[in-house]
Amino acid sequence: MPKTVKLMQGNEACTAGALAAGLRFYAGYPITPSTEIAELCAEELPKMGGCFVQMEDEIGSIAAIIGASLTGKKAMTATSGPGFSLMQECLGYASLCEVPIVIVNVQRMGPSTGMPTSPAQADVMQARWGTHGDHSIIVLAPGNVRECFELTLRAFDLAEKYRVPVIVLTDEVIGHMREKVELPDPRDIRPFNRAAPRSPAGYKPYAADPDGGVPLMAPFGAGYRWHVTGLFHDETGAPSGKSDVADKLIRRLDAKIENNVDDICEFSGEGLEDCEIAVVAFGSSAMSALSAVRRARKEGVKAGLFRPKTIWPFPAKALREVALHAKTIVVPEMNLGQLALEVERIAGCSSKVVKLGKVNGELFRPEEVYAAIMGEADNGGTGQGSAKAGEGAK
Amino acid sequence: MRVEFRLSGSGGQGLLLAGIVLAEAAILEGKNAVQTQSYGPEARGGSSKAEVVISDDDIDYPKATDPDFLLALTSEAYRTYGRLMGKGTIIVDSSVPLDPAIAAKTVTLPILKTAAVDLGKKVVANIVALGVLGGLSGIVSDAILERAVLARVPKGTEDLNVKALRAGIALAKGETPPESC
Repeated sequence: MPKTVKLMQGNEACTAGALAAGLRFYAGYPITPSTEIAELCAEELPKMGGCFVQMEDEIGSIAAIIGASLTGKKAMTATSGPGFSLMQECLGYASLCEVPIVIVNVQRMGPSTGMPTSPAQADVMQARWGTHGDHSIIVLAPGNVRECFELTLRAFDLAEKYRVPVIVLTDEVIGHMREKVELPDPRDIRPFNRAAPRSPAGYKPYAADPDGGVPLMAPFGAGYRWHVTGLFHDETGAPSGKSDVADKLIRRLDAKIENNVDDICEFSGEGLEDCEIAVVAFGSSAMSALSAVRRARKEGVKAGLFRPKTIWPFPAKALREVALHAKTIVVPEMNLGQLALEVERIAGCSSKVVKLGKVNGELFRPEEVYAAIMGEADNGGTGQGSAKAGEGAK
Repeated sequence: MRVEFRLSGSGGQGLLLAGIVLAEAAILEGKNAVQTQSYGPEARGGSSKAEVVISDDDIDYPKATDPDFLLALTSEAYRTYGRLMGKGTIIVDSSVPLDPAIAAKTVTLPILKTAAVDLGKKVVANIVALGVLGGLSGIVSDAILERAVLARVPKGTEDLNVKALRAGIALAKGETPPESC
């Protein structure tokens, strides 16, 4: 099949990316604005020998994909805020048991049922810390339809490589938007497949280099016997309450992500080389921000856009470099300042960080971000005192 | 050049599909196109809005900011979005009473009636409207628009939809947009 150019929806591109990665098991409970992903998986998976199950709820959905992944299948579910809340317990289970899964969260207004058809970006911290206990996780944030394809594909690769749950965090705008996309020739796609042990003899399912190693994963049903438990466990998978076992395990789980941020983190940007005012935005807000940055440049203001494609772990090293010359960093996001906290942590010592929160269920208009940039430019980019959160986004 | 369309009416009128086909036609012509939407939680009824941005260049912001064309098929849509119109043209169905407070250029056309009476199927009002938008904007050729419609509509409905599209194009061409109204 040659490259295809077509008008494609974000949710459709997510599904296409998952299928290109080798998705063979989907379990989910439909919820706006993610439902198209379930619909398309129901249509496509049976054609390729895969399996689609509509579950009783989101708890069952994530439990089912964990089970499927343990048998060696690439597995995914998609949901939105209310469903993502229900998935948190099993997310921790997948994290501790090191089961590769992909969860797409097409964000909508919350908390609770909220506004089902309206976009938001308020699950940033939930995606990072929603499940209890210390854990590392990978969260990818597509900024357009093509990236829904690319980053969902990548989510599987990272999940398989690091044996970790990966969350694709989109929103109603990105999920429902249709854009002209050119998808790569499937023959050019080389999905990552998890490393498997050679033989059941002496197999230790959790044996790995303590400094961030990833254990070899045997598929259930292939002659391997191993134990999977949400209790802390030793190399054999057997439960252990020993403090040294617990300490070693939790540090390894953390290190396997944190020692590999250079491999995991991606970002893109415009005007970052010399910007005095940087805008940090992800997902759909970044589209408004890009338009604003371009307009500000035309007006002679040295503005730039830093758009993380990986938001957890955050591409901190790259942002620190920008912060060396950006006196001000404006962070527009459809929440009251969640990603801005991470930006402050990384760059708050060298740059003034301005939170620009929008929480009315609508995407930023470019002029709202533009007004914030120009307001900072008028302050000479240093801005005495702090700007009010939500300024320019009323 | 960036051209923005806003298609508004009530849920179930098929405006989203019309927006999708318009965007697909633009892509067939080699342009860039982005289509977005906003809608309420209802399965049908409620207000519905689809937007299409077409450009020869890269499109950064996907939504309409100052639409070149507003299609309004209901009174509510006309009153809500008509008053936001600046430079662009409003295309409103003849069944909708005009509001003198809405100052933008306005073209009134019998879109719903053409579908329901002339074509005998009110469900094709969206394709009639698409013909009107294509005809008035000239953003894509009539032939490309027809190709895009045929690629999207269900089998067995091709003739009806082509008729609807042509009726819409004819409505647009019979009507020269007045300077103001």
